[in-house]
Amino acid sequence: MNLRRDVFQAIADPTRRAILLLVASQSMTAGAIAANFDSARPTVSKHLQILTECELLQQEQSGREIHYHINAKKMKEVANFIEPFRQMWDDRFNQLETVMKKYKTK
Amino acid sequence: MELKTKVSADEDRQDLRITREFDLPVELLFKAHVDPEIIVQWRTMPNVTAKILKFEGKKHGSYQMQSTDPQGKVVLSVNGVIHEFIPNRKIIRTFEIENAPLGVQLEIYEFEPLTDNTSKLKMHVIYESVVLRDHVLKMPFAQGLSMAHDRMQEIMGRLK
Repeated sequence: MNLRRDVFQAIADPTRRAILLLVASQSMTAGAIAANFDSARPTVSKHLQILTECELLQQEQSGREIHYHINAKKMKEVANFIEPFRQMWDDRFNQLETVMKKYKTK
Repeated sequence: MELKTKVSADEDRQDLRITREFDLPVELLFKAHVDPEIIVQWRTMPNVTAKILKFEGKKHGSYQMQSTDPQGKVVLSVNGVIHEFIPNRKIIRTFEIENAPLGVQLEIYEFEPLTDNTSKLKMHVIYESVVLRDHVLKMPFAQGLSMAHDRMQEIMGRLK
């Protein structure tokens, strides 16, 4: 099966975004991450696997446990991608606000 | 700082949501979306002049907009039909860029008053396919890249 491993697809999933938010503040084990979700453990593992393959998460062995931590460099790449689209709309809406504020005082 | 405009696009879906809170009463936010003279002042791109050829703000109405560059050449033509038009509350319409392989998108606009002087806009945009949605999302990214490239070329040209 040809699975897509595009970082942008990876962060488009709400559960995976939630995982990234969790791990952003501290590195965690798979078990600790899964404890935050109602989903079955294998589902969370699958999400972790996808995030790891996309290099958004990195694994770190400490003793018998594997900790997941965020790859800040890769995250920045992602933020940079959707940002121009968001920025385009933000610019338009800022302009709308300016135009209507002038209109109001006319 | 919380971002004012939010865009959410979930995986393998053919829609996206844009939300934004405005420092404007809901009546003015709505007016900005339906008054042709005002639309052209914000819903445009740098270096082009937008013109509304037709705008029927009513159920079963339609609209057409054209943008021209400083030489008067038409660079963008868009059109659509209006399916729902509830003043200060809701608009459902289609949106199509003519001569572009992006299909027709369905747009649902919801206008909400927050206080007497603030309001919120929720846009839900549905594309013909996941691929088309992702393409639209990446367009400003590609454009930004090419603009940066142009700027670089301009600067490098001056150095020669």
